[in-house]
Amino acid sequence: MTELTLVQAVNRGLRVALSSDPDVLILGEDVGVNGGVFRATEGLQKEFGPERVIDTPLSETGIIGTAIGMALYGLKPVAEIQFMDFIYPAFDQIVSELAKMRYRSGGQYPCHVVVRAPYGGGIRGGLYHSQSTEAYFAHTAGLKVVIPSNPADAKGLLLTAIHDEDPVIFLEPKRIYRSLTGEVADGDYRVPFGKANVVVEGTDVSLFAYGAMVPPTVEAAQALLSEGISAEVVDLRTLVPLDEKAILASVEKTGRAVVVHEAARFCGFGGELSAILAEKAFYSLKAPIARVTGYDTPFPYALENSYLPNPARIAHAARAAARTQ
Amino acid sequence: MSAGAGVVPLPYDAAMAGSLLGPEARAIALSAYRWMTLGRALDARMQGLQRQGRVGFYGAATGHEAVNVALGLATSPADWIVPGLREQLAALVRGHPLAAYAQHLFATDLDPARGRQMPCHPSARDVHYVSMSSVIGTQITHAVGIAAGLRARADPGVALGFFGDGATSANDFHAGLNFAAVYHLPVVFGCANNQWAISVPVERQTRSATLAAKGAAYGIPGERIDGTDFFRSYATLRDAIARARSGNGPTLIEFQVYRMTPHSSSDDPTRYQPRDWGARAASHDPVLRLEDWLRKNGQLDPELEGQIRIEAERQVREAVAEAESAPPPRPESLTEDVFVDSRPFVPERGE
Repeated sequence: MTELTLVQAVNRGLRVALSSDPDVLILGEDVGVNGGVFRATEGLQKEFGPERVIDTPLSETGIIGTAIGMALYGLKPVAEIQFMDFIYPAFDQIVSELAKMRYRSGGQYPCHVVVRAPYGGGIRGGLYHSQSTEAYFAHTAGLKVVIPSNPADAKGLLLTAIHDEDPVIFLEPKRIYRSLTGEVADGDYRVPFGKANVVVEGTDVSLFAYGAMVPPTVEAAQALLSEGISAEVVDLRTLVPLDEKAILASVEKTGRAVVVHEAARFCGFGGELSAILAEKAFYSLKAPIARVTGYDTPFPYALENSYLPNPARIAHAARAAARTQ
Repeated sequence: MSAGAGVVPLPYDAAMAGSLLGPEARAIALSAYRWMTLGRALDARMQGLQRQGRVGFYGAATGHEAVNVALGLATSPADWIVPGLREQLAALVRGHPLAAYAQHLFATDLDPARGRQMPCHPSARDVHYVSMSSVIGTQITHAVGIAAGLRARADPGVALGFFGDGATSANDFHAGLNFAAVYHLPVVFGCANNQWAISVPVERQTRSATLAAKGAAYGIPGERIDGTDFFRSYATLRDAIARARSGNGPTLIEFQVYRMTPHSSSDDPTRYQPRDWGARAASHDPVLRLEDWLRKNGQLDPELEGQIRIEAERQVREAVAEAESAPPPRPESLTEDVFVDSRPFVPERGE
């Protein structure tokens, strides 16, 4: 066990994969000599060489298209998109090609590419270094969407992603890349996809969050406890596949649900989660489902703290739900 | 097919043909003619069936046969074909069974791609023929990635990335050629310039004098050749593949061809092609040009020509008949292959 930040845990996970499997390679902008702009790949090119940790020209569509070709051939590429905000030149490759390759070839061409991208706000990054657009990818059949919330999960989910047989969009919460640390097991271990993590157990209201929204949601739950409200916090970990069983079990217990994400509300992932709860847990619900999300605006610069859900907003929604009988 | 009528003759005597095709020149030329005849027969039959409503869609490669057969014959089994739009015949030349391709055209339960795509979008991993989408240009970077994989594993194969003239305007043409050049990868880019991107002529895609000239900007040798000339197509591909295989990097080949049919069964070229297009295209019919040459060089007489044509038509007829009577994909396969562990379709309550 080692005490690591989330970005260090990502780095350790990549190192384990590169060491144990010669088919794994990394490609992206600045990932080699520079070790990535967030240092997620620091030291890896030095250790594994420029043929396995590859600095690419500045073209996201080139990075993902090339990674797809590598995977078609049989390698296991891990492509880094420097910020999720810059993924759109590769959107065509991801949505039209990567997501559909297995299906359209009748299973002849699986395409196991991992696309890593730092996402989310809270770093004073403005419009183009802050967005959370996981819903675009979760909406596309054929992609798995993974968002860790702590160092141990980051490493274990990343190793699962790299050894998965399907494409994975692996979104890293850059706001908590370094702001918290946690115990991380050494060596290879896997955190399975589709298994949500009940971070805090509770009986009055279920709070669903993922990625960088987990810490403020836990903080809200702690604040509510002093008011006599027992909130359960469920970290989804993977949006696709989604652990419906755990989500429904929590709401069947508490009867109340608050969905938290920093992405804009309209057509955000919280809409899907709310629909699932309305369809499948309707008779357990004692209060309307609430969403605490970013606003339906482009991501702001000066006002980012007003935009992002915080413990007070989350607690407010949970309190209102808990008081509804 | 009647040879000679107005086609531009292939400008080679037997010795020159031998220098282009190598010691097996006679056998390669006749084999190419058989495959080109098969491709032509398949296009004719399928376009007819599409008009009768017996198949949903068809995109013919009539006019592209010399390039496609050269691609099939000049590559080795270790090589990978990343097709653009009309290279299906190359998969057959490389050994993908016509019967399997016909099952794909009819989207049956026996389609290797399980009926998931429109006709003419086959997947044939058995011959390293990659699944294609209908999106233009996206495949170019896939060829680059495959080439990177080949080199990473010291595999002797070469990746061949094909596309049309329209794709040279798309993002991934730039990304693909640039990445391939920067990494000096074993890849050959083939641009089948049939001069039309549906209705838009190639003059509206670029002000470059040629598409091959674009290679220079990436530091890649580019060559424009007559893609209706089987000899030149084969020799150019063979040399570019050899260059790539020996570690000398990528090549861009522009094959000038004529699209002799509509873009697809959904297109009406009378809306945009000049009146004399058909005649110009016919004079560069790649099948008739090779046929004319084989006759003049004593390799083909009317009897053999008839035999080859009848045999091609028989193969097509049999494959089509078999596919047309095959069952459609099982309904429960709808939800399979999304992921490796996707389960068969089960209707939800109330559906």
